[in-house]
Amino acid sequence: MREITYRQALNEALAEELARDPNVFLMGEEVAEYNGAYKVSQGLLERFGPKRIIDTPISENGFAGMGVGAAMVGLRPIIEFMTFSFSFVAFDQVVNNAPNMLTMSGGQFNIPITFRGPNGPAHQLGATHSHATECLYANVPGLKICTPATPRDAKGLLKTAIRDNNPVLVLEVELLYSSKGMVEEEDVELLIPLGEAEVKREGSDVTIICYAQTVPLALAAAETLENEEEISAEVLDLRSIKPLDLETILKSVSKTHRVVIVEQDRPFCGVGAEVSYRIQKEMFDGLDAPILRVAQEDVPMPYNEKLEKAVLPSVEKLIAAVKKVCYA
Amino acid sequence: MSQPEQRDEVEMLSLMLLIRRFEERASQQYQAQKIGGFCHLYIGQEAVVCGTVAAVRPDDYLITAYRDHAHALARGTSANACMAELFGKATGCSRGLGGSMHYFDREHHMYGGHAIVAAHVPLAVGMAFASKYRAEDRVTLCFFGDGAINQGSFHEALNLAALYKLPVVFICENNLFAMGTSVERSTSLKEIVDRAEGYDIPGTVIDGMNFREVRDKLSGIVGSIRGDPHPAFAEIRTYRYRGHSMSDPASYRTKEQLEKYRLDDPITRLRAQLAREEKLTNEQFDRLDKEAKEIALASVKFAEESPEPPLEKLYDYTYAMEPARPRAQGENSGEANRPGGGPPSKEKASA
Repeated sequence: MREITYRQALNEALAEELARDPNVFLMGEEVAEYNGAYKVSQGLLERFGPKRIIDTPISENGFAGMGVGAAMVGLRPIIEFMTFSFSFVAFDQVVNNAPNMLTMSGGQFNIPITFRGPNGPAHQLGATHSHATECLYANVPGLKICTPATPRDAKGLLKTAIRDNNPVLVLEVELLYSSKGMVEEEDVELLIPLGEAEVKREGSDVTIICYAQTVPLALAAAETLENEEEISAEVLDLRSIKPLDLETILKSVSKTHRVVIVEQDRPFCGVGAEVSYRIQKEMFDGLDAPILRVAQEDVPMPYNEKLEKAVLPSVEKLIAAVKKVCYA
Repeated sequence: MSQPEQRDEVEMLSLMLLIRRFEERASQQYQAQKIGGFCHLYIGQEAVVCGTVAAVRPDDYLITAYRDHAHALARGTSANACMAELFGKATGCSRGLGGSMHYFDREHHMYGGHAIVAAHVPLAVGMAFASKYRAEDRVTLCFFGDGAINQGSFHEALNLAALYKLPVVFICENNLFAMGTSVERSTSLKEIVDRAEGYDIPGTVIDGMNFREVRDKLSGIVGSIRGDPHPAFAEIRTYRYRGHSMSDPASYRTKEQLEKYRLDDPITRLRAQLAREEKLTNEQFDRLDKEAKEIALASVKFAEESPEPPLEKLYDYTYAMEPARPRAQGENSGEANRPGGGPPSKEKASA
């Protein structure tokens, strides 16, 4: 194991899959000559050349659709959105073309495509650039969605996504690109299956379900809860939103009997709404308190720093929710 | 000026007849409520797709919009599979899951059947990208209507195709109306073909009621692309005799206009050309037409007698485990693709 950044982990995943399969190519705005808006594709143009690392004009609908078309005839495109807030310009391709093709064609055309890029609020980017899109895309049958929070998960999930025969959205976290974590050596093939949650910290009193940028937040809250409140929180990282690993969730909840879901998206029809529905449906009698959710406030994201902070989930909000379900 | 890739004219006339008789049967079955959803007929436009396929190779990629029955038939999809699709049957070209607007046939390089106007134009560019990526000399044929040329995805796609010099022919089937809105009420340009100039793509205007003109001009365009990948644009002027869809009485146009085009009917025209050149007798034509009618009628019987898609396979096509494969001959079920996620209630936790 060695310590690398989340950005480097993604870069390694791309490089390894490009080297492994000549049908894989990377396409998007500024991915080649600029080395990526967030430098995730650093050095790839130099290594793989302009045939496989392709700069596009600002035409999200156009190049996302190109990816779908190329996938129909056997290539395995990786389409980078500079942020998933821009994927709405390509919404029709991501929602109508990529995931519907297999059904509409009676099973003749699967679409092995990866859509990737940063997702969720970053820092003071305002309403148009701060969207957490997972709850929107999770509503669409035919899409798979993963949300890595650590360098190891970023590498393992992206590699799996590229090899998947379906459209997969890899929703990265802008604020974590420079974060560091332990990852297997480069000569180890690291593949993390889609649909497998992971317990990031063991605990016994309450399960905190989190994903993406709420994972470090949940770990920080769990640390404080342990030290200051003597509450032992289990931190469960979903890693994939769809497919959802209900088995691991239920296993944890059957131990703790209390749940707080902390999510980076909006509260109305958010990921936590679905997760809490599934938990209560399967084990209503196993719960000692109502499930609580900590999500964004239901407003367009304000630019002002204090207001933005008020909109987002926080360690303080999460601790308050945990204490509430523990009646502490 | 017959070129090596061009197909026999009598054969193509018989294909045009099949398309027309198939669409007439589809219309009849729609009115009998055997067909659900929307149904857009191609009658009047037959020379466009038939002239095009006569000029290209069977392995060239073909993709189109929702008025797609003829494109599948022209590519070689059987009338049975086409009619069964309209009936929503498991034997349909999309196993009854696509319907009239979503015909697919991988084996015959028919890549749909796309019902969001112009959303498939970027797909065509992606297919052409794949050809160039693999250094194949395939050409992608991308059909769309005059209504598509004002969508953003159309413009983005043309720019990308020109930027990357991709082997795709954008074929605008200009039938003068986007549903009920005429070209002059929808488009700032007088000539649709001039759209291509803005992207530095060579454009050609073609009389879509004349099979030979479509074929010969497409032959030239496709030939020029094969050795030197680049996009091209063809505005093929045609006319649909029926409304936009089965529910459209087409009251936005005049009887005189319809009659004018009917007198210029593409089937009648090719028949007359062949007769003049003593390549086709009246008896031969009648026999071809009779055969077309019989095939269309038989397709209705086939569709009626075919099974519904099985309910237990409802989730089989949402996710693919393996890359999809072409359907084997006579294969009607979905064994190729088992569910990746399966029904929500059966995800990992059901045990």
